[in-house]
Amino acid sequence: MATIQVERKKMNLLERIYLPEIIRGFRITTFHFFRNLLFHLFRAFGFKNFKGAVTFQYPEEQRPLSDRLRTRHRLMQREDGSPRCVACMMCETVCPAKCIYIEAAEHPDPNIEKIPASFDIDLGKCVYCGFCVEACPEDAIRMDTKILDIASLTRGGLYYTMEELLHPEQHGAKIEEARNKVLPPK
Amino acid sequence: MSVVFIQSTLQLVAVFAFFMGVLSLAGLLTWVERKQSAVMQDRIGANRAEIFGFRFFGLFHIIADAIKMLTKESFIPAKADKFLYQLAPIISVFFALITFAAIPFGNDLKFGEYVVPLQGLDFNVGLLFIFAMLSIAVYGVILAGFSSQSNFSFLGGLRATSQLLAYEMAMGISIIGLVMCYGSLNLNELVHSQGDYLWGWLPKWGFFLQPLGFIIFLIAGIAESKRVPFDIPEGESEIVGYFVEYSGMRFGLFFLTDFLETILISCLAAVLFFGGWQVPGLFEDGFHFWNGVVWNLPSFVVTIIGVFAFIFKIAFFCWFLMTIRWTLPRFRYDQLMHLGWKILFPLSIANILITGTVILLLS
Repeated sequence: MATIQVERKKMNLLERIYLPEIIRGFRITTFHFFRNLLFHLFRAFGFKNFKGAVTFQYPEEQRPLSDRLRTRHRLMQREDGSPRCVACMMCETVCPAKCIYIEAAEHPDPNIEKIPASFDIDLGKCVYCGFCVEACPEDAIRMDTKILDIASLTRGGLYYTMEELLHPEQHGAKIEEARNKVLPPK
Repeated sequence: MSVVFIQSTLQLVAVFAFFMGVLSLAGLLTWVERKQSAVMQDRIGANRAEIFGFRFFGLFHIIADAIKMLTKESFIPAKADKFLYQLAPIISVFFALITFAAIPFGNDLKFGEYVVPLQGLDFNVGLLFIFAMLSIAVYGVILAGFSSQSNFSFLGGLRATSQLLAYEMAMGISIIGLVMCYGSLNLNELVHSQGDYLWGWLPKWGFFLQPLGFIIFLIAGIAESKRVPFDIPEGESEIVGYFVEYSGMRFGLFFLTDFLETILISCLAAVLFFGGWQVPGLFEDGFHFWNGVVWNLPSFVVTIIGVFAFIFKIAFFCWFLMTIRWTLPRFRYDQLMHLGWKILFPLSIANILITGTVILLLS
């Protein structure tokens, strides 16, 4: 069996006594303690450019999200408001979690082949891999809504229909509804 | 009314205030632990508990914790030994609290004809009393581990036993050097004799006479309080520890004991090694400055200053122990035993030898 010989550094006397090393660690933590205490004090007196902590106080204070971050899906619209999706089933096929459900229908415009009659995503199954976005030939599905709070008390609350996916701006209402819903009795 | 009666009543009031202070400080330490660790790690820390929109830097979390502990179900495992199971947290917290009776938290308060000693129990074996009570407190831990009938808590109890045994030895022996220097086991006398000066300027504090003894005492003391560098009995990451089966306020009592022991170690460190309520330059009649100027103060005021100095020393040591707790990682079990038996124990005996030799040479 192949083994890897790891060269371990021999500790010198000071390191083996251990107390000097403790004092070194102590110096770092104490420095942070007093520096942050001072910065908190400055902030309390109105100097806002001193930050004593890197914390984001989440519900009130949202973290800035990267543009590349994959967040809740949305469906793109044409200029007339109908979905840009042509129901080619690429995303449904590539989806590793099998969480996309599409039913195709005939589009009234002869230039466009198909239109989804329904386009549902079960976020309870979705793994946020973003393959659907990459697979889409029409740029009809994107994951750039920057919506993170999808939590729900019911499974149904995680099931997004085409209407909800087309209008991500109404997400807040859905979450509110899900929060107010009482769990069904067992 | 007789003088003695009034004196005893006043002493009772003072000691009661001290006990209440200790208990409040133990509660406050839960907040200090959260906030100090947060500040040390560039975080903000718990600040969500609020009353009418006021948050007060998260101070209400103490109340929230207490309400949570008291209203939670206090569950007793079906197979547990019910009597011992319920007795264990009480033993733990009782013997941690009773040690404070022997701590002198101020000089005798003198006004008019009254002399009020600021100490619960002033007796000759105060030091032995504290160590005896500390040893009995271990029973609470062992009983908790044993009576829960859970393998994890049993493991925690075993670990606690061997750890506390190892460190109690080093702790007890590290104090002997100090006792040799001052020639007394009476805590009040120990503090009084620390008011002297070496070469006229260095306070004759235990720390300056026994630096090695202080380091051994502090390490053993941290081990005694079962907090992080030595939290093997609790071992939150693997066995949760001897109180794994406890819930509600019974668990809260074990938690409280940890903080009480932290305060106790701070008190002992202050009393034994940092002059208790002594302030350098402060004598019975007021401040003596280095150039011979004397600022006379009434003895009443001097005593009060001493009490505040003692509170300051306790606060400093509590902060110090917290900083250590949030700086160091936990020891491995064999390292713990190695440190206790092979390093601290021989060192503390060597300390006695050196102290004895020096005392013999100087006399």
